[in-house]
Amino acid sequence: MSSFNSTIAVTGLNATDNPGPGVAVIRSLRADPEFHGRIIGLAYDSLEPGIYAADLADDVFLIPYPSQGSEALAARLTEIQKRAGLDVVIPTLDAELPLFISLEAQLADMKVGTFLPTRDQLDLRSKAHLAALRGKVEIPVPATKVINDASELYEIHREISYPFFLKGLYYGAYRATSVDEAVHAFHRVVAQWGLPVIVQEEVRGDELDVVAVGDGRGGLVGAVAMRKTFLTDKGKGWAGIAIHDPVLMRLTEQLMGALRWRGPCEVEVVATKDGGYHLLEVNPRFPAWVYLSAGAGINLPSAVARLAAGHEVKPMRDYRVGTMFVRISLDQIASLEDFERITTYGELRRSAGSAQ
Amino acid sequence: MSPLPAYERPLIIRHESGLMNKFSRVQSMRPMTHLDGVAVAELMETYGSPLFVFSEKTLVERYRELRDVFSLRYPKVRIAWSYKTNYLDSIARVFHKEGAWAEVVSMFEWEKARNLGVPAEQIHFNGPYKPKAVLDEVLPAGTIIHIDHFDELAVAERVAVEKGIRPKVAIRINLTADGTPQWSRFGFNLENGQAHDAVMRILTGDRLELTGLHCHLGTFILDPDAYRQSATKMVDFANRLRQEQGITLSFIDVGGGFASHNTLKAQYLPGDQATPSFSRYAEAISDALGKLNYPPREMPTLVLETGRALVDDAGYLIATVQANKRLPDGRRALIVDAGVNVLFTSFWYKHDVVPAQEFRGVFEPTILYGPLCMNIDVVRDTLLFPPLNVGDQIVFRTVGAYNVTQWMQFITYRPAVVLISQNGQHAAIRKREDLEIVRGPEQMAPWL
Amino acid sequence: MDGHNKLRDLAVSDSGFVFDPYTGSTFSVNLTGLTILRGLKEGHGREDIVGELQTGFAAGDADYHRDLDEFVGQLRNQGLLPLDFSVER
Ligand SMILES: Cc1ncc(COP(=O)(O)O)c(C=O)c1O
Repeated sequence: MSSFNSTIAVTGLNATDNPGPGVAVIRSLRADPEFHGRIIGLAYDSLEPGIYAADLADDVFLIPYPSQGSEALAARLTEIQKRAGLDVVIPTLDAELPLFISLEAQLADMKVGTFLPTRDQLDLRSKAHLAALRGKVEIPVPATKVINDASELYEIHREISYPFFLKGLYYGAYRATSVDEAVHAFHRVVAQWGLPVIVQEEVRGDELDVVAVGDGRGGLVGAVAMRKTFLTDKGKGWAGIAIHDPVLMRLTEQLMGALRWRGPCEVEVVATKDGGYHLLEVNPRFPAWVYLSAGAGINLPSAVARLAAGHEVKPMRDYRVGTMFVRISLDQIASLEDFERITTYGELRRSAGSAQ
Repeated sequence: MSPLPAYERPLIIRHESGLMNKFSRVQSMRPMTHLDGVAVAELMETYGSPLFVFSEKTLVERYRELRDVFSLRYPKVRIAWSYKTNYLDSIARVFHKEGAWAEVVSMFEWEKARNLGVPAEQIHFNGPYKPKAVLDEVLPAGTIIHIDHFDELAVAERVAVEKGIRPKVAIRINLTADGTPQWSRFGFNLENGQAHDAVMRILTGDRLELTGLHCHLGTFILDPDAYRQSATKMVDFANRLRQEQGITLSFIDVGGGFASHNTLKAQYLPGDQATPSFSRYAEAISDALGKLNYPPREMPTLVLETGRALVDDAGYLIATVQANKRLPDGRRALIVDAGVNVLFTSFWYKHDVVPAQEFRGVFEPTILYGPLCMNIDVVRDTLLFPPLNVGDQIVFRTVGAYNVTQWMQFITYRPAVVLISQNGQHAAIRKREDLEIVRGPEQMAPWL
Repeated sequence: MDGHNKLRDLAVSDSGFVFDPYTGSTFSVNLTGLTILRGLKEGHGREDIVGELQTGFAAGDADYHRDLDEFVGQLRNQGLLPLDFSVER
């Protein structure tokens, strides 16, 4: 790809034990030898771990929570653009997407590029509507039911048998083997993510994942398929390997076509013992393991940054099958001064020539 | 010499994960010093606190937007103003002037609509309770009733016989739409054949004329797809009735229920992000109506009974801070002069609330209490809020729906309601209660 | 350890960032709070501190004594002052 020196802002620096994708996206951008721009980390809380990695973001700014509304975010992004320059924003968290989508035109007016799905596309793939994809893709979609009231759980076994999963609209999944567990899980999901709650049939098998980028016209920019090889006790993939799987690739292409998806997404699939595939979820953002795409030779975050900046990107198909990732936890040493800056001023400027 | 910094109440906050974001606070809140160009201070001086204020501009804009996005996609659209949402005369008249019919659920609401000059034939009458005395009056007048159950159907037939009329009626149906709780207690169930039975009963009785289908799914429905499903099921049913029984309906009524820009308590994203635009509802419903097997000239009218989505965004409640308090858990509390007796919807909604004057100081988790001597009197659960002084005003936004109908007179008088016109005039459209008004219906027991 | 000692050892920066070396807790204080905290650290009495607030800020009709007592209550709540501490009259 050609030389590229935009200033790119990335959210989701919460690299905790349930990591946001921001750190992986930034590392992918840094891994692009043609990228000579600057990277701005956007964080919601002064303790997001990605803030303190000096080799990741040149500058970090706090931004208001999505719950504070679009006016607040627009004002803050305007301020950041004035202070540090801003050409592209890549949001990486589910819950912030509706907000960034609603700001897309306003950002474009400010000459800040994005590469996002439309609100309708976002809703089409939402967990609440997954069943509607039946028939549009050739693999089965597990039975799902959207519920708004715990009392519905007393009847639900007629439609979905135990064990099943209860999921929040944006995040969170609990497995339930009985009504009691289901009701308990329902309240946990509601407390954190609100209504509705999605009940999804459990399908057992190998967890396969695809990170993909759609071009918004029904085409696929590029995709990498991965099998999780090591799961944590919370069910998070901690290691995985890039695989060659024509069925998964065809499924991904069908999804991009059916949704006319624009931007990054993660397609989660379960492969059962009998060789069948089941579509579990389509997440509207990069997964936390997206650095594997850069490692395997097709750098999808970089592709999205270029598309958001208005550059052309040719379809990317060949990646190094067998590339593995193994995640690591490590403790960074952080300075109290950095913490003070981010806490009291809401920003940490590391780039040369910065004011502080 | 540089000017001295302004004095703020001193404050120290411990850094805790999840609360360490100064920018979510500082920039997100702007004071609302004026409503449609009228200063809050002027409104307070003229009418006192607390005070409901409605923007005629917003009412009209919302109405026209709703009408326009639906008319763009479907040729025949009727909006029937849902009285229960807000039946103040002036509010209802704003909508009637724009061409709205009325949707009522009681004789009181019917009389109110008639009193405003709405012709009886332009009223849709809903609800599970329409006693014979009511039907005796409204059916001969030409009001369209939406029959809720078989007993009502029988009474309607009796009235038709007694009065020698052939009233136009609709049936209310209930159905399942994925993702919305089913309101199965209203109307006839579609899926189990009850709705079809009701139609057959009307046909064999031959006293009533079936002219419409009605289905009100529920309220504050955030998912436009629920309407796609309900409209599709109604269209399939209408097609079947036309094919099998030769019934040509004159309207299909999808009820109310569109979400306003409010935020439910159990909602993660705030209303400004979660609430679909009117066009997205319109798209879902008109897609379904596209499958009607009707000749173009006989297409039924689409009836909307939109309530809260038209009026909620236009209503404000101004309240005054009475006291500051610090709770033992460190939270700040504000006591304001409007409680749950006035802001009834605060039981279900996280109302958007902002100061009415410029403010400074650190945002802190703050809970807003009303003036009642009851623990449940919380008008806003904890939110990040700047420090305010006693006597300052706050403005609750998006409170135009259901409050000035469901509020209760408890302990004190209910506040005045003001309407601001499109050119900035204002007037009380309901005056503040006083002893005479509240005591009016009372009578002393003769032996006391 | 008594409360005065702890106040003396608090690291307080001009930005209003406060670090308690005994617990590792950090805090933010606003400008008026900073003025009071610095006064207390240096052992100033009530009248001195109120005087610093009066001369240091453009005030409206603030009740300095009430605010000082409330702020001291916050410091006690945060474990930065002993529970029986108050600024003597
Ligand atoms: C039959 C009927 N129509 C319309 C409405 C208005 O609903 P909304 O205010 O949610 O639009 C209601 C409210 O309960 C109703 O019961």
